Amino acid sequence: MAFTALVSVMPKPGVADPQGQTIEGALPVLGYTGVHDVRVGKRIELQLEAANESEARQRVVEMCDKLLANPVIESYEVTIR
Amino acid sequence: MTSAGIVVFPGSNCEQDCRRALSGLGASTAMVWHTESALPDVDVVILPGGFAHGDYLRAGAIARFSPVMDAVRKHAESGGLVLGICNGFQILCEAGMLPGALRKNAGLKFLCEWTDVRVENADTPFTCRTQTGDVLRIPINHFDGNWYCEPETFQRLHDNGQIVLRYADNPNGSLGSVAGLCNPAGNVLGLMPHPERACESVLGSEDGRVILRAMLDHAQRFAA
Amino acid sequence: MTTALSLHRELGLTDEEFQQIRSELQREPTHAELAMFSVMWSEHCSYKSSRLHLKKMPSTGDRILVGPGEGAGIVEVAPGVAVAWKAESHNHPSFVEPFNGAATGVGGIIRDIVSMGARPIALMDSLRFGELGDAPTRFLVDGVARGISSYGNSIGVPTVGGETGFEDCYADNPLVNVACLGIVEYKLMQGRASGAGNKVLLFGASTGRDGIGGASVLASAGFDEGSDDKRPSVQVGDPFSGKLLIEASLELIRRDLLVGIQDLGAGGITCPASEMADKAGSGMHLHADHVHLRQQAMEPFEIMISESQERMLAVVEPHLVTDALAVCAHWGVSAEVIGEVTATGKLEVEMQGETVADIPVGALTEQAPLLDRNRRRPEWLDELQKSPHGGGPPDDLAAAVMSVLASPAIASKRWLWRQYDHMIFLGTIGPPGGDAAVIRLPDRETAVAISTDGPGRFCYLDPYQGALLAVAEAARNVAAVGALPVAITNCLNFGNPEDPAVMWQFTEVVRGISDACAAFSTPVTGGNVSFYNETAGRAVFPTPVIGMLGVLESFHSAVGTAFGRDGHQIVMFGSTDPGDLGGSEYAKVMFGVVAGRPPKLDLEGEHNLHLLLHRAADAGLLVSCHDLSQGGAAVALAECALAGHRGFSVDLSDISPGGELHAALFSESPSRVIASCPEHHVEDLVQLAAEYRVPVRVIGVVGGGTLDFGPFALMLDDVERVFEDTLPQILSASMDR
Repeated sequence: MAFTALVSVMPKPGVADPQGQTIEGALPVLGYTGVHDVRVGKRIELQLEAANESEARQRVVEMCDKLLANPVIESYEVTIR
Repeated sequence: MTSAGIVVFPGSNCEQDCRRALSGLGASTAMVWHTESALPDVDVVILPGGFAHGDYLRAGAIARFSPVMDAVRKHAESGGLVLGICNGFQILCEAGMLPGALRKNAGLKFLCEWTDVRVENADTPFTCRTQTGDVLRIPINHFDGNWYCEPETFQRLHDNGQIVLRYADNPNGSLGSVAGLCNPAGNVLGLMPHPERACESVLGSEDGRVILRAMLDHAQRFAA
Repeated sequence: MTTALSLHRELGLTDEEFQQIRSELQREPTHAELAMFSVMWSEHCSYKSSRLHLKKMPSTGDRILVGPGEGAGIVEVAPGVAVAWKAESHNHPSFVEPFNGAATGVGGIIRDIVSMGARPIALMDSLRFGELGDAPTRFLVDGVARGISSYGNSIGVPTVGGETGFEDCYADNPLVNVACLGIVEYKLMQGRASGAGNKVLLFGASTGRDGIGGASVLASAGFDEGSDDKRPSVQVGDPFSGKLLIEASLELIRRDLLVGIQDLGAGGITCPASEMADKAGSGMHLHADHVHLRQQAMEPFEIMISESQERMLAVVEPHLVTDALAVCAHWGVSAEVIGEVTATGKLEVEMQGETVADIPVGALTEQAPLLDRNRRRPEWLDELQKSPHGGGPPDDLAAAVMSVLASPAIASKRWLWRQYDHMIFLGTIGPPGGDAAVIRLPDRETAVAISTDGPGRFCYLDPYQGALLAVAEAARNVAAVGALPVAITNCLNFGNPEDPAVMWQFTEVVRGISDACAAFSTPVTGGNVSFYNETAGRAVFPTPVIGMLGVLESFHSAVGTAFGRDGHQIVMFGSTDPGDLGGSEYAKVMFGVVAGRPPKLDLEGEHNLHLLLHRAADAGLLVSCHDLSQGGAAVALAECALAGHRGFSVDLSDISPGGELHAALFSESPSRVIASCPEHHVEDLVQLAAEYRVPVRVIGVVGGGTLDFGPFALMLDDVERVFEDTLPQILSASMDR
């Protein structure tokens, strides 16, 4: 079966995120006050073949551990459709 | 004559500069393409600067899976010297051969400029021609040089003397101003500054020679 | 085809051009043919408005191995050592999308150099933006800088210098000109499709819909409201692919596997295919369906004119195709044979067995329209030249020096160049920001000096005179570091050529460049013309950017701008005219005036100064040397002091007879430099100056912590703060659009 996987990779809590901080600093200048905890991550989309959803998820999680995310500074979430 | 293998990944771009600097110190050099599964007979291995695989996904993330990296790991495990410069440092961290990870510079800008780095541990094969506290003038050239690790790890590295070089004036937000660090055995060093760019006074400094010369001398003693 | 009549207009072809196409083909053109004509006959590819005039520029000389009309000019800099040198503009794409526009501009000029068989070893940027007070301009500056940094650093070619100017006329039409220097590594290549039966190899990135009609749409018409709509025409750069393409191309050349090679830029596959066939007197038969596509269901016309980046077209003998494909595979570069060379003199394209284009190659290249457009000196120029130059005395001289140093055009550009890898290849002698960049050629003693200059204000006030001054300053910059100026490349940035006033400015500038290049023996090796730099009827100042190439026999004789030691004598070469304040930085900064006439220039005196400086550097007489240009003596002296972290005291009271001190400080008279040397060298320098009939006088001494101008003095630390902090402070302000 064909599945689409969406992987969102985010900086781990506690790891400084200069991109997020910069955006957080820029928003009030544009009049958007009260915004906090801006974090910038990345979203990776991929298509894969697998017998079922759980196998698909398992394979994508493996990809994340190996390549798509760096566990020292990043966490990830996998959505399968 | 000490021999250095310079590993070339697709997108590496400082390999010729490393060759020039090491040749200038009397070493012989060999370029090693990343798909090789074995290293030629060399005393030291250099992972040069550049943008292996375009630095796409994360700097060093794809390069760590190149076949040559198993050979580099074995070389290190048998006590051979490995020097990762800039992108090479990033690859060593991604490969788990050095601790921590390198994030985008705090100022979110690429930085190419001279820095002063202080020697924190003069008792490594790479810094044994310096004294602890010596300040070396060596340029940086990176977007992702903002080194980070967990606080407990940092304490351990500090206690082990693995933090080898620190910036005098932290340019990129690196934790503890770390500019370069080594593995517990001390034979694998990664650093963001480019010693090969600081080997001639006409280019602005000769301080990079101190590190490269120490590495070559040590390798020769080790080989003998 | 019912839409044919309106289609040609949509593609930017005039009715007249459409008729010419019909008569060339003697039938109705297909859609693909029309698209191919539209890109090849666009202003950007055909130079239809400028070709007639460009031919008049001097382009030959003993050192010129390849002149205009190829990927890049080739200049011999030492026996058996040749360099490639070429500049190109990417103005329109950079306005539409600054990051990718600038990045692909860098990529394009790099491929031009590689196509000559040269390894790119240095980049320079000449940038013009609106005033930095505007938020959109700051956004553009940031985007362009990031684009250059991202592409140049990753592909591994140092960005060693350039210049950046700010003027309101560039607000909606920024200029992004990039020059690239390369060294011929193995053998000189040219774009030739010789030998019927040879195979045509397309290699590099895959082909998508990006940049369809980029050349004709973007660079051949002005902007109106709604430039956002043009965004799909901008190409996206991939420096990683670009790097692999350099290595693959140079290895193909080193192993002698190619008959000819040309890069793909504006005009997509059509451009190199037709030009290579035309130059070799051959033809080409191409299979559009063999092109490796990134997107599905692309039409033949899209495949033929797509401007997807990082691609090259080469001609290979049939028995070497396997080897050539193996080289590409090693570097991870995809490659396909997409056709073969024929003897038909035609460019034939087929798709799925059907012929979609069949055009005589000459119709696309040499028979492209050649226009002798109307030109007329604009009426407003008389009044502008008659107006006072606006450089009256200031209330406070010290404050005036500080104000001029704080002008973004003058202030340190470190904010920009620290983002660029300017050190790779271990050849960059001295940091960016000097008069010219000195590049030691890899593993050699020989060095070259390169500089870009384009004084738009002077050309606005008098295009001919301004062009003379542009070449003079570029040559003086190169001479100031000790090099002998030998050749130029150029980017000519102008408004709409259909406006007779713009066309007049253009021909006056070409005349000025020609006269100056003849006087200095610096032939034109090539370059590019960018018209239609205008938005809503407002054109940029006529801005010829001159890229000067100079030669140093040894990198050891290179001279920097920094004062070296306390007690050294400060010497000024050349004479100062207190009236040379028209179009000066001082008049603009202090009084907001750009009027009057630009400074006068004596071509012979200027040339003598270059020869003198080259001799003096070669003899090791100079510790520092700095050209006087924008901001005059005040700025030049301050820059020498800042670079050397040491002050000076000077007496400028008698350098400009009959003038007031502010004129001595800020006059922009050409043919001047400020040098420093130990006292025992002064006599030799004076003698040398007499030999070259160049006025010379000792004006002061190096040392101390102040910039002491006599009647007033400034603290070195205060000056440094203003000079270094101006751009970071402005540009770190909000980057919102």
